[in-house]
Amino acid sequence: MKNFLRSLLLLSLATAPLALRAENLAITGDTIYTMSGTALRHGVVLVRDGKIEAIGAADTVKIPAGYRVLQAAVVTPGLIDAHATVGLSGLLNQPQDQDMWEKSAPIQPELRAIDAYNAKDPLVAWVRSFGVTTVNTGHAPTALISGQTMIVKTLGRETDEDVVNPAAMTSITLGANGLNAADGSPGSASKSPGTRAKAVALLRAELIKAQEYAHKRDGKDEAKRPGRDLRLETILRGLDGTQPFLVTVNRQQDIVAALRLAKEFKLKLILDGCADAPLVLNEIKASGFPVIVHPTMQRTYGDMENLSVETAGKLHAAGIPVALQSSYESYVPKTRVVLLEAAVAAANGLGFEPALASITLDAAKLLGIADRTGSLEIGKDADLALYDGDPFEYTSHCTGTIINGQVFADGPH
Amino acid sequence: MSYRPLFGMALWLGLALGLGAQEKPQVFTGAQIIPIAGEPIAHGVLIVQGGKILAVGAVGKVTLPAGAEIHDVTGKVLMPGLIDSHSHVGSGSGGDGSGPIQPDARVLDSLDVRDSSIQKARAGGITSVNVMPGSGHLISGQTLYLKLRAARTIDDLLIKLPDGTNAGGLKMANGTNSIKAAPFPGTRAKSAALVREQYIKAQEYRDKIARAKGDPDKMPPRDLGLEELVEVLDGKRIVQNHTHRHDDILTVLRLSKEFGFKVVLHHVTEGWKVADEIAAAHVACSVIMIDSPGGKMETRDLDWRTPAILEKAGVLVGFHTDDPICDSRRFLRSAGLAVRAGMTRKGALEGMTIANAKILGLDGRTGSLEAGKDADFILLSADPLSVYTHVEQTWVEGQKVFDLTNPQDHLYAVGGVGAGESRRAQLCCFTSAWDLIMSANEGNQ
Repeated sequence: MKNFLRSLLLLSLATAPLALRAENLAITGDTIYTMSGTALRHGVVLVRDGKIEAIGAADTVKIPAGYRVLQAAVVTPGLIDAHATVGLSGLLNQPQDQDMWEKSAPIQPELRAIDAYNAKDPLVAWVRSFGVTTVNTGHAPTALISGQTMIVKTLGRETDEDVVNPAAMTSITLGANGLNAADGSPGSASKSPGTRAKAVALLRAELIKAQEYAHKRDGKDEAKRPGRDLRLETILRGLDGTQPFLVTVNRQQDIVAALRLAKEFKLKLILDGCADAPLVLNEIKASGFPVIVHPTMQRTYGDMENLSVETAGKLHAAGIPVALQSSYESYVPKTRVVLLEAAVAAANGLGFEPALASITLDAAKLLGIADRTGSLEIGKDADLALYDGDPFEYTSHCTGTIINGQVFADGPH
Repeated sequence: MSYRPLFGMALWLGLALGLGAQEKPQVFTGAQIIPIAGEPIAHGVLIVQGGKILAVGAVGKVTLPAGAEIHDVTGKVLMPGLIDSHSHVGSGSGGDGSGPIQPDARVLDSLDVRDSSIQKARAGGITSVNVMPGSGHLISGQTLYLKLRAARTIDDLLIKLPDGTNAGGLKMANGTNSIKAAPFPGTRAKSAALVREQYIKAQEYRDKIARAKGDPDKMPPRDLGLEELVEVLDGKRIVQNHTHRHDDILTVLRLSKEFGFKVVLHHVTEGWKVADEIAAAHVACSVIMIDSPGGKMETRDLDWRTPAILEKAGVLVGFHTDDPICDSRRFLRSAGLAVRAGMTRKGALEGMTIANAKILGLDGRTGSLEAGKDADFILLSADPLSVYTHVEQTWVEGQKVFDLTNPQDHLYAVGGVGAGESRRAQLCCFTSAWDLIMSANEGNQ
């Protein structure tokens, strides 16, 4: 056991990033995709105290003395993975590093990602090495209500230091993956919900319970007020929209069921997965809800049977806000890389700039963090990704990742 | 259901026309040709007839045969059909839970040729494939090398060897996948001991047969499993060995040396640690490119530089999808990612084609564009290593088996409702335009 722990320690040391503290930087790029306007040719981004200080054409921005100069063919905002499980679903896939799925009950909104996220897991450094600077990570879409997500920068330090939003969304899963009876894995305490209808019934009951809890809690008679209930408090934040529900739905009947729930409880949802979205584009569009589309290269099993590499493009063309994600994998690859998923979407109907937006500014808007990151604008966090060519090309490399002005350059990835 | 005979007629008519057309030479002209055998040709011409390549060369340097059907493919890229040296398309199977050593089990007896994964492989430009049983056994069964011709039954896909047998290998595995509760081994040493024991049995079985000199009274009783292992000992069947950790790789090399069998290392996650040893053993590798390391203990040190490091050490390197682990439709991505991590472009393209042909022992007939070889080729919209490139057509032995402009093929290529389904329920009173398309498609497959 001692040897095992030692080898784990060695592994983590070997993969530890060569992170420097925030420094003043001048990043020059042949092409800079700011995402807040047209791309700059031969541009410069100045970074001071972890924030973007200036940005413009090379002949208009003077690089102050003492700034460290970094060069790249292509510069983009740091990439944002709108739905991940990195840090909870660890690299080794052993019981001790798999915290994305609590199997003791089907409804556990009180579970917080922040209490499980391992900033030092090698997969955090792995996605960062491709330019990913921010992830919305948390409990996997594997239970009816699996827990909460958090938005975190991939700095890989103490968890609390890196957090952007400690409680971003609450994960609901409808369809086969939200059914406990379908699981059959050891540790599943509950056999219910075993059907789609039962899952929605349980969910409606939970939402109604939360409404009643709120009513009692706000009652005039203090003696009659209920004690705190972490579970229902979380549901209430979903009901009032302060911490929205992230609803993973792939089959068209599950997408429609989610929209029906939203109508009944006046919810503002974030739809997730949506493999069957092309079948119900009008309904999704009418709802006004954004979609975090399944990974483009996800396997075509079960509820994902109908997935298409063109779905992101179709949603975008319909005017539906779209972000991409790495989602959850139970086997290999233990995490996908959102850059590589966006690349395949870019080549299959979404197009270059919308695909880049789906993992930068559009993802930031969807996650409610566009005031801090997602585009290269003065005053925003200095989150950038550097590439030696088209970021989506298989043969290009990410040559550097900058988060809050800290440079990570673990070699070209 | 009255339309069905009509569809049948249309199908036969189409088949007859197709066969007629095959007799005419077909000329593909104007594309950039990457023949693999030799340097790329900027404006090339490929001539095929009777399922074989007649000629490859530059436009103007090759004499076009009279009466040929001309395909102007200017602006496209034409290269050999891709070969996947390790896949599970067709939902085949091998041994069951009854024991760790089952060389008698054949993928041949289990494959569903109408499984959508096979048409998806064609959509990915794959023309030849090694379909393997799983890795949960030390020996999980006989693999099958297939040509992805248009097929109605498994017989349409087989590759026949000169002696009339079906081309295929033997799937073996070591490491943690085949370590489980009894009767499976519990440790690595036990795994190797069981394999050695079995090959010694096979040697004795072979010797008994030799001593019998054809006398039926002296022949040992037939043993289906040992018969296959004797083929391995005789070099007729290549061992395709799943292996991840560097010490497991060395164990495979040790066993291969002890029993003198031909082996290919598959996955080879830690191959970068023992590249020189692999090169010294003259053993080829079939590498998988996975999006991130881990998933199990023995793959935590996965490194995309493995193909480059092996190439530099002088090892023959091919790639595989392990479909459904990686999607056959994105197979070319393996080469792209390998180049990203330092492999030469030449090595990576060979790894998709001729290297895999050698790994399967099929390099005499496929894997490069050369006169006399099978007319297995693909047409690409642009460079094979670009994410923006699409496979537009896939041809196997002179027959087009995938065409992106065909709506049904397009569906398989990009996904969508129907692309995941191998068969649709044939309900008498529930037909739609969609069912018509699907039933026609089933006929074509």
